[in-house]
Amino acid sequence: MSEPSTKLHRAIPAIEIVLLAIALFLPLVLDDFWILFTTRVFILGLIALSFDLVWGYAGIMSFGQALFFGMAGYSTALIATKLGVTSVFLIVPVAALVGLVVSFAMALLVIFGKRQPSMVFVALGTLTGSYVVERLARGWSYVGGQNGISSLPRLTAGSYEISEGPVYYYMALGILLTVYVLLRLLTRSQFGLVLAGIRQREERIKFFGYRTQNYKGITFCIAGLISGMAGGLYGFHEGYIGPGQLGPVLSTQIVLYTLFGGAGTLIGSIIGVGLIDLFSFYLSQIWNTGWPIILGLLLLIVVMFKPTGLIGFLVGDRERAGSFGRIGAKSAAHVKGEV
Amino acid sequence: MSLLECRQVSKIFGALTALDHADLSVKPNEFHGLIGPNGSGKSTLLKCIAGAEIPTSGSVLLSGVDITGLTPAERAEAGLSLKFQITAVLAELSVYDNVLLAQQSQSSWLSLMRSRSRGALHERVMDTLQRFKLADRADDIAGTLSHGQQQWLEIAMALAREPKLLLLDEPTAGMSPQERRATGELLAPMRERCSLLIVEHDLDFIRDICDSLTVLDQGQIVASGRTQDVQEDERVKSAYLSHA
Repeated sequence: MSEPSTKLHRAIPAIEIVLLAIALFLPLVLDDFWILFTTRVFILGLIALSFDLVWGYAGIMSFGQALFFGMAGYSTALIATKLGVTSVFLIVPVAALVGLVVSFAMALLVIFGKRQPSMVFVALGTLTGSYVVERLARGWSYVGGQNGISSLPRLTAGSYEISEGPVYYYMALGILLTVYVLLRLLTRSQFGLVLAGIRQREERIKFFGYRTQNYKGITFCIAGLISGMAGGLYGFHEGYIGPGQLGPVLSTQIVLYTLFGGAGTLIGSIIGVGLIDLFSFYLSQIWNTGWPIILGLLLLIVVMFKPTGLIGFLVGDRERAGSFGRIGAKSAAHVKGEV
Repeated sequence: MSLLECRQVSKIFGALTALDHADLSVKPNEFHGLIGPNGSGKSTLLKCIAGAEIPTSGSVLLSGVDITGLTPAERAEAGLSLKFQITAVLAELSVYDNVLLAQQSQSSWLSLMRSRSRGALHERVMDTLQRFKLADRADDIAGTLSHGQQQWLEIAMALAREPKLLLLDEPTAGMSPQERRATGELLAPMRERCSLLIVEHDLDFIRDICDSLTVLDQGQIVASGRTQDVQEDERVKSAYLSHA
């Protein structure tokens, strides 16, 4: 039996374990400011994961993740301020449901239509949706207009108030970890194999009998659900939700998080959030007016010269593409016995 | 009854008539060759049958059912499969995963999310790879296979759904004589399972493998019938074979 021409080296599990170990112990050494900062990274990590799922795995260029994020953030903020509902056991599922419903409505327009959705059509459709809803929110006094909804109450679990700090940190980490593990299972499942097929040669796999639009639509809605969940957590963590959390600026930022860290690996998008937010913070300390220029140039260099993102320095193409049905001892015997 | 029937199929691209009222019939378990000079409309007819192109007029019937307006996915479900002219394997995935992707296409998306058929399909995937002499390359990424092996992998994938009719667009293009011979040997046992419609420039390959033959020239059917008879047809000789 010949040696495989391209061996599969697995770097991602090692990166995941190291980052998880760091995340578990960080609150022991960080002060309050950095615990808040890292919690925000975890919440934005969720939305970056959602974009990685649609773009890195299914090849759908969505500029609508902020729309699902912001709509869920606004909805849960209204439920909390108008109805007094603050239970985390209601807020998080409602946020996820809003993300799911809004993304399904968007999918009906840009993915499930009669015409085959091109990448440009979906990108522009989602961008337009995000822009329109942001403008609506800015002009609608019921949701606070330009000022958004501020002074949100704290989330509660029974009679316990979940304040920003270590408790919120571990809750956000727990949700991020759960979503991450589920997405890892999904992208390595047979469903993930179909997504890999769609990403590489969508036209080809239609001839196997796959209704690729359905698979893209389902993936888009799962990503919407995750974005919604992130939106709910974000509003209550920051105590505020505003039109900026609905619009194209945040949507573009999410795209950059994933491209900078490395699409199609899940962990790359979380690394992207952490590093970009960290660079942004330190650059703004050094040059408080011109730091976005430096950050923009840095992102441009990475996207142009390392299309696989920073994770591409550690993870090979074979591992990114994934393996869905490994050949173990049983099949090796199968080959040996018959060749 | 014919398995496949094309009735008066025409395809017009702007000012160009690529197919002009073409009739074609393929019987069950028949190997049918489709030949003609470059630009004669062979690949266009194949695409109209597969659903990659919709005919401007005319109809395509599979087992007596009109499939003219169906999508490629619906045609695959009806029992049609296609191997493209240009190899279209999923180059970043392993050889094994390429075949698994093709074989699992009958599972529902919910079942695929739970990877329920992965274990059950393993033997089938390995048997297919054995049959196409690719078992020892199962773990390699498909893009590293030789051109001939990629063609075989394509055929293996096209056969995964056990189609009634397999459409092969130039299956031996770019192959060495040894690989062509091996391809003929791989296809021969398929006669018991399905019909083949083969577009091919290699006339020796067509003569060796096909029971019947249709010749196209400038979008029109010049002759159709048993391979031996068509070869003797004077119109065919003047239109194509004498120049081949």
